Formats: sequence, C-alpha cells, structure tokens
Amino acid sequence: MGDLTSAFTEAGRLIAGADSELYAIVALSLRVSLTAVVVAAMIGLPLGAIVAITRFPGRDAVIVAFNALMGLPPVVVGLLVYLALSRAGPLGPLGLLFTPTAMIVAQTILIAPIIAGLSRQTLEDAWQEYAEQLRSLGATPLRGGLTLLWDTRFSLVTIVLAGFGRAAAEVGAVMIVGGNIDGVTRVMTTAIALETSKGDLPLALGLGVILVTLVIAVNAAAQLIKSAAQRRYG
Amino acid sequence: MLPLLLDNVCFAAGGHTIIDGVTCEIASGPRTIILGPNGAGKSVLMRLCHGLLTPSAGRIEWSGNGSHRRLHAQAMVFQRPVMLRRSALANVTYGLELAGVSRRERELRAQDVLDVVGLAHLAQRPARVLSGGEQQKLALARAWALGPEVLFLDEPTANLDPGATREVETIVGQIRASGTKIVMTTHNLGQARRLGDEILFISAGRLVERAPVDRFFIQPASAEAAAFIRGELPWS
Amino acid sequence: MELRRNLIGTGLALAVLAFAAPATAQKFITVASTTSTEQSGLFKHVLPIFEKKSGIQVRVVALGTGQALDLARRGDADVVFVHAKSQEEKFIQEGHGVKRLPVMYNDFVLIGPKADPAKIGGGKDIVDALKKIKGASAPFVSRGDRSGTHSAEINLWKIAGIDIAKEKGPWYREVGQGMGPALNTSSSMGAYVLSDRATWLAFKNRGSLVISVEGDKRLFNQYGVILVNPEKHKNVKRAEGQAFIDWIVSPEGQKAIADYKIGSDQLFFPNAHEAAA
Repeated sequence: MGDLTSAFTEAGRLIAGADSELYAIVALSLRVSLTAVVVAAMIGLPLGAIVAITRFPGRDAVIVAFNALMGLPPVVVGLLVYLALSRAGPLGPLGLLFTPTAMIVAQTILIAPIIAGLSRQTLEDAWQEYAEQLRSLGATPLRGGLTLLWDTRFSLVTIVLAGFGRAAAEVGAVMIVGGNIDGVTRVMTTAIALETSKGDLPLALGLGVILVTLVIAVNAAAQLIKSAAQRRYG
Repeated sequence: MLPLLLDNVCFAAGGHTIIDGVTCEIASGPRTIILGPNGAGKSVLMRLCHGLLTPSAGRIEWSGNGSHRRLHAQAMVFQRPVMLRRSALANVTYGLELAGVSRRERELRAQDVLDVVGLAHLAQRPARVLSGGEQQKLALARAWALGPEVLFLDEPTANLDPGATREVETIVGQIRASGTKIVMTTHNLGQARRLGDEILFISAGRLVERAPVDRFFIQPASAEAAAFIRGELPWS
Repeated sequence: MELRRNLIGTGLALAVLAFAAPATAQKFITVASTTSTEQSGLFKHVLPIFEKKSGIQVRVVALGTGQALDLARRGDADVVFVHAKSQEEKFIQEGHGVKRLPVMYNDFVLIGPKADPAKIGGGKDIVDALKKIKGASAPFVSRGDRSGTHSAEINLWKIAGIDIAKEKGPWYREVGQGMGPALNTSSSMGAYVLSDRATWLAFKNRGSLVISVEGDKRLFNQYGVILVNPEKHKNVKRAEGQAFIDWIVSPEGQKAIADYKIGSDQLFFPNAHEAAA
C-alpha cells in the first residue's frame, strides 16, 4: 500500500515539476496511439460494415479471423513489423524503423482487428433492425452501410475507445519497432518498463498513474461528447 | 407503374412453402386489403410486391418498366416503425434525399407533411424517443413525403392502442385522398371493413378469394373465408 | 450536406497523415548499444555534448549485446557500442564492421546479500568467491541473455574451473533479462549476482544487497566502438557514424566520459589510447 501512496506522490511531483521530458513522452504517447486508433477506425469500421451487411463465400472464415486477430499479442505484431521495416526486410528502404511512424503502424495493425471485429457484431445486430426499412426507402447497400455506421455511432465510439485503450496500454509492439530511444521514440509504457528495469519502482509507478489518468481523461471526454449528442439525437 | 401483375408467384424459405402460386392483378383505384389469419403469408406477399423479397418461382411485374421496381414510386410502412437516430424531421428528409430531392425542397416538403399529420411540434425531437403511435405517424409521413404511387402497409396498427389506431387510419385516408393507391394487410376484420374497398383473402399461402368488401363480409364465396369471418380459423 | 461532410472527412484524414508522417530533417545516426550502458546514464551526459558540437543527433537503441550486434547485422544501426570483445571481433570477421576501437572500461562487481551465505564478503578474489558460492549452493542470479555481462560471468566460471552449463544446480537462476531486472530478482531472493558497477550505482531497489567482491582485475569490462560496414549495408551513414567514433575516442570525448559521475563516483574509465584493449 505504501508503494501505491508513494506512486501517487511521485506522479504529483512529476506533473508539478513541469518536466519537459515527461511532457514530451506524454505527447508522443498520445500522438502515436490516437493516430493509430484513427487510422485503425478508418480501416476497421468500413470492413466491419461490409462484412456485417453483405453475404459472400468465406464470410464465416473472415468473422473467425477478425475475432481471433483481436487477441494478437502486441510483441508478435512488433516482431513482424520490425522484420518488415528492418533494413534487411522488404520495406527497409523506407527507413521507418525506430520512428514514431513505425510505432503507429504497429499499433494500427494491433487495433484494426479489434475495431473491425467488434463493429462487425454491433453493425450486424443493428442491420437486422434497419435493413428492410432502409431498402424500402431506396438506399443502396453502400448508402445503407453509411447510414448504419452513423446511426450506431455511440456504440462505435465505445469500440474505438476500447481500441485506444489497448493501444495506449501496450508496450511489446512499440518497444520493438520504436527502440525506446530517448527523446525520439520513448512513450509512457516503454518509459515505465525502463524505470522498472532500473529498479526505480516509485518513478515507474508514478508514470503508471499518469498513464492511467490520461486514458481515463480521454474516455471521460468522449463520454461527455456522447452524452451531449445523445441528448440531442436520442 | 400500376397495374402490378403477379403471375403464379411462389416463395419458399427453409424448406417451407410460404406463398403457393398467387396470381392476381393490382390496379390503381380501390383500397386493397390483404386479409387472412396469422401465418397465412400476408406479410411475405406484401414484401414480394414491394421488392424486398424475390419470388422462388413466378413473375412479379410492374407495368411500363418490366419487372424492375422503380425506386421511390412506392413506399412501405412496417408493423414496427424503424426510425433513424436523428430528429423526426431528419427522418423524413432522409427518404427525400435518397429520392434525389434538393436540400431546400426536402426541408419544405418534410415540414409540410409533418404539419398535416400533426407532428410539427415534434419536428426537432429525436425520433427514437417518440411514442409508438407518434413513430408510426412519422413513418407514414416519411412514406407520404415521397409522393408514392403505391403505399404498402403491413399491419400498421397491430401494436397501437385504439386512439393511435384511429389517428393512423385517418392519415391513411388522407394519403389515399391525395391520389396514392393503398395496399394494406391486416388480420383485424373491423379495420378491413372500415378501410377497404376490396379484399384479397389469403390462406395458407394461396389467394383463396377476391371480392369487393361488402360482398366479402356479407356473402363470402369460399369456406375458408366464411370460417375466418366466423372467427373459427386458427390464429397460428 | 454530403459535400461538406466529405470535405471535413478528407481534411481530417490529411491532418492525420501529416501527424503520422516522419517529421524531422535533422541529421542523426542510430547507435546500437547495451541496456546496462544506457541505464547507467552515460549517454544522457555525453551525447548532448557531441550533438551540440556536430549537429548530429545520436539515437541509441539499447538492447543486450547479442541483440545489439544482431541488429547491426541486419543493417538497422550505423554504429555499435558494446562491451564483449570476442563477440565484437567475430562481428568484424563476418564483415559487418569496419574496425574496432577501444573506448573505455568499467568494472563488474559481485553483488550479494548482507547475510552472505557463501562467506565471501569483502574479498578481492572473484574466482575464489565463485568457487565458494558453488560450494555453498548459495543462490546466484545469472543474466542468461547473451549480454556482455553474461559473457563475462561465463568466462569467470571458466577461469574458476567450473563448467557452469553442466554443473549448475537449482541455486543457479537464469533470468534471461537485463541488468536491472536481474538485480530486482536478486534483491527479492537474497541472491548473488554479477553486475556492472554503473548499473549498481544507479540501482534504487537494493533491499539488503551490498557489494561482496570488487577490484579483481579480471572484473574489468572493456567497451569497444565499431562502424557498421557501409560496403555491406548501403544505408549506413558513414560520415556521421565516423564523426561520432572520432569524437568519442578524441580527448574531448574521453574527458566527457571521465566527467560522468554518480555522486562522487566515476563510472567509466576512458582508455582509447590503449590500442590493445
């Protein structure tokens, strides 16, 4: 329990100290995970909608794949992306290894299946309700899909937030493809891992408190927006 | 578009025959009621006409354009209205937008139709928080705004209380008066008498009898119809 | 309505891509080094001096020695800066490195619990101490991760005449992790562990651990710096990498190393002048 108290004290000290290095780490964490979740949503939501609405041979296999890939271990994703981006690998010439871009790529790969899989289920359930009416009004499958995405937006926001939480929390992928380079690719989770391995547990815990607070703040902001919108649109 | 021709239309699903060779012509003019016990296939028949389902055998043909259903020249109101997560007005303009109506025009038309059905005061309310009756009236408004040639209604008042039922029936009358052909299913004999000009009586997937409403109720030609009117046909 | 929504959507997407794109046009090199070196804090002290002078940013990826060399073998680093001479020489023989230059040394210390079950506290002979630890079956934590420290440990067992791979028992715990986690584990189990002095000095979770044996010449840990071979790996930044190497062995670089202290303790001893080191 004493550890936890000193963790909060440490977190407070860090924030109050206006440590520019800490701010840089926090800013990078947000930049990487938020960008990844936006890109993953741009990929995952349309995919989820397409699989939810259309019927095609192999659809069941695709659904199984989505659900299975939700559990991709971050460290495996990191390793695969590293092998791809390494100079010895196929995308080496891009020179993306050990940059924030590589971290964004890895986290996007990690969360896109989560968004696709969960949205597929939500959208499929909603489509049961909406399909006939939308077709009756003359909506094409494409238009119907877009309308469905908009109408289920509150559930979808929750799904996207789940994706963000997963990205912000993971360390395996960003450690390998980012290299935890001081001042360049160090994010909250890799900083915590570093301080832990240095034995500076209070500092590590303090950073952990800040990280959790950050994720809570993002979720709280999203919830506020959702409530306001829900009051307006029902 | 009308008349709509059904030629030996069959529909099967999951190994069961639901529509078993229905042949008829639905012309403009009289208010057509599709009557029959629960499970007779009324809803399926309506969806076949509207184009939501494809027949397993036989033909469904609109005049003038072959069997291709012209978008927005017909509309349907379902037993349970499905409202989009937006305002009542936006639900109406959604259909108009799909029909290619310009932005200004759709706002005006939507506002008009909401006025007529008595929902103008709820135009900005989220549609999904409206009561069952209000939502069904909104569904009617949404369909009517499209100016359809035919309006299909699938048991539109089955879930409503008597007050809301009366209001919905009034609106259907108004829509009819504006020139739209009404095709409606119901299993409610009183409603059929009130709202219909002709009866298509469906039993076990077949068109058993077709007659003007008065003659149907006073002197049904078929045994099934007679039994139904006497209330003897099973409900399942 | 549709057009406006589409424009906003495209604008957002472009903003996202701009956000995600690699930003800086600053010159930089990638140096593969070890976790113990980074965790000692040396780089934080020394690199800013070089960066200010040359305008070249030094990005350190810290791994175990084996991993660092493997990273360079794949061409993912410009310079290697590790402390395992035999592995470094093999690296050059394989053609991945140009030349090895000695830079500095620090030493290892044998850390152990205050309770000292093997009765070696205060000793100056590491080989004798290891024999006593095995004799007492006292708990001993090994890095077990192909790092420079791990290589040094194996070597010391060999000098003591013990084939540790064959003769280890349950008292010998291989953790497969970096120096910090190994120290953490030792602290919680009251075990002996071989550590570099720098990591030990910076380590904050000591528990009941103290230095048991130090000062034996066999505990000295030599660092070397190597430019990754640009002939073999076309992307290596030869000029900038060489600039860093030239600086770190220059009097200015060597002084920066010597100036790095924790408290009043100097951690690293520059010896670029000892060509044979």
